[in-house]
Amino acid sequence: MDLVFRALADESRRALLDSLSAKSAQTLGELCSGLSMTRQAVSKHLAILEEANLVATVKRGREKLHYLNPVPIAQIANRWIRKFERARVDALVDLKKKLESE
Amino acid sequence: MTAAPQSRFVYVIHIRTTPEKLWAGLTQPEFTKRYWCETWQESEWKPGASWRAMIPDGRVADSGRIIESDPPRRLVLTWENQFLPELKAEGHSRLTYEIEPQEGGSVKLTLTHEMDRPNSKLIEATSGGWPPLLSSLKSLLETGEPLIETTRWPEDM
Repeated sequence: MDLVFRALADESRRALLDSLSAKSAQTLGELCSGLSMTRQAVSKHLAILEEANLVATVKRGREKLHYLNPVPIAQIANRWIRKFERARVDALVDLKKKLESE
Repeated sequence: MTAAPQSRFVYVIHIRTTPEKLWAGLTQPEFTKRYWCETWQESEWKPGASWRAMIPDGRVADSGRIIESDPPRRLVLTWENQFLPELKAEGHSRLTYEIEPQEGGSVKLTLTHEMDRPNSKLIEATSGGWPPLLSSLKSLLETGEPLIETTRWPEDM
């Protein structure tokens, strides 16, 4: 779990996860095009995300496709948010979104 | 080069267990009934064999055929939803489990669920279910107890 929190504690890496959440199965090149980072930086961040198991990869010929793997985040949620609290947490997140969008 | 399926999710989880126990955890009713919302699967688990997932009230949740079976390493099957008309209309998806032993005595499970159509509702619907199910399977294999969230079939489904 240390690896997951360390991987998430960086804005660039969160931006990469946002990008994979919006569009699955991206190559390194595609991931670079939407972000103001060098290819080397993106590659390094992806390695950290993959080590933390937040990104899964599938080889397709010479290319590697990247996928957001939400399983470690589900494990974090399972650890601290119990069944009966979940509906309330969802309601609070909805409320926050609504208030902030006004 | 073949094109990537148009809807695909990939999940990876590391579990402190053996490939044999993980295979049993994914296929055997005595395990799945405990962590997979009381459901169980019926199949001979051989290539060409039929496969179906059962809901506690007797309905068939999903069904398909075994494409590849190499216990305890790799299982590929087709998966068609049977109880929600909107999802059944999409036809067959494909599910792949890959089980790889890791150094240090853990096992890496990679689950790929894919369908050759864009914006598949079936893939979207199952994508929310896999992370808690896999977490629950991990808990069951490592501690003997599943997560409470996945032990019962939802009353409204």
